[in-house]
Amino acid sequence: MKAAPFDYLRADSLEQALHELARHGGDAKLIAGGQSLVPMMAMRLARPSVLVDIHRLAELRGWQVAGDAVRLRAASRQCEVEADAGLAGAVPLLRAALRWVGHQQTRNRGTVGGSLVHADPAAELPLAAAVLQARLHLRSERTERCVDAADFALGPMFTTLADDECLVAIDWPTWSVGEGEVLRCEFDETAIRHGDFAMASVAVQLVLDASGVCRRAAIGLGGVDATPLAFPDLAAQLHGRRIDASSAAEVAQAAAARCQPGSDMHADAEYRRHLGAALLQRALLRAAGEPVAGAAF
Amino acid sequence: MPSCVTIRMTVNGKAVERTVEPRQTLVDFLRDELGLTGTHVGCEHGVCGACSVLLDGQPVRSCCMFAVQADGLQVTTVEGLAPARGRLSTLQDAFCEAHALQCGYCTPGMLVACHALLERNPHPGEAQIREAIGGNLCRCTGYQQIVDAVKLASSQELCHD
Ligand code: FES
Ligand code: FES
Repeated sequence: MKAAPFDYLRADSLEQALHELARHGGDAKLIAGGQSLVPMMAMRLARPSVLVDIHRLAELRGWQVAGDAVRLRAASRQCEVEADAGLAGAVPLLRAALRWVGHQQTRNRGTVGGSLVHADPAAELPLAAAVLQARLHLRSERTERCVDAADFALGPMFTTLADDECLVAIDWPTWSVGEGEVLRCEFDETAIRHGDFAMASVAVQLVLDASGVCRRAAIGLGGVDATPLAFPDLAAQLHGRRIDASSAAEVAQAAAARCQPGSDMHADAEYRRHLGAALLQRALLRAAGEPVAGAAF
Repeated sequence: MPSCVTIRMTVNGKAVERTVEPRQTLVDFLRDELGLTGTHVGCEHGVCGACSVLLDGQPVRSCCMFAVQADGLQVTTVEGLAPARGRLSTLQDAFCEAHALQCGYCTPGMLVACHALLERNPHPGEAQIREAIGGNLCRCTGYQQIVDAVKLASSQELCHD
């Protein structure tokens, strides 16, 4: 349970960090909060020969409004993002999701970008990113590109990030809300203990008009497939409709039917799919201000 | 052979400097290099919370970071919570009063987590206390006495000095 030997370098700039990545090929790894990487190194599931520390780079912390999105720099700590009222106002789903991420001790070190790059299929922030259709800015010494969250995660702990690339910022779309409309979001999950990885998790964001009709919706499930899943086409079926027990059940069933969950000692695939449907139906009802008791599940 | 790194940090108010292997975790550094064995090491991969310390005042798991990452920062271990040698902090006193420990393995981590909570919020409610210790496992007490101890510490009852 001790990490294999490595060389350590604290980068003074993003440029230097990118240069080190390019120089060492796949042998170097970036470390920010290290809340996933350090345990993986302790278990020797990861054995980088060089660690490049980017946790203190001011250029990778903080956020600003960028058009119709909030651009959050990747090494912003989860605890800072959680505590930031301005950010919570602009992207409320982010705070709703963060409440479920690990514990205070891990959120005090862990970063938003680190969680996205680690790409655990049951992690909360990748689900929020998929549901909101966040865009990820990746940089290396050779190139710079922007990838949609849906295309970034390829499988469990597996992303399109190349060995020499660094996730530098995430654009979280902000939704405009018209006269008389309200923005609602819900994040919920079922886990053995609060703070553990979810057996299934759900994220929902809605715009409701003054008469309670859904004008815009985004929905997704985590922990029930190789990557978090968003269902923009199913969400679109809710547009122009009132969300009630029957419309919520219909969409939740259709979403769960598309999931390919794994089985483990805590929950088999069938149970996970059932959980996904139940969580999604309840989250939709709660977001719409409808009673959850008496729902079909 | 990877090269060792010289690091400096402030631990419980004292400046320390050591040359370490980068792979040494902060908890091993505190225990093995500095002899501060109050901080316990349980799972070594971020599950149990026994290794919690304050880093620049915030609770973190010291098994989930390398000592080199704490270079230049302030660390407070359970040894640093007491006002003086041989004395107990109000919270530590409350842990004794409320029987908040049995084997004591989780206790340093619990104290650190609860200390950080009380610094932030001197009068936490039950839910906030449970949330604050959510990342700390205790196999003995069933947690209830720990919650009671934090309530006791946050009340005025223990202010006898
Ligand atoms: S020893 Fe650090 S969390 Fe268990
Ligand atoms: S007192 Fe024994 S583990 Fe908590």
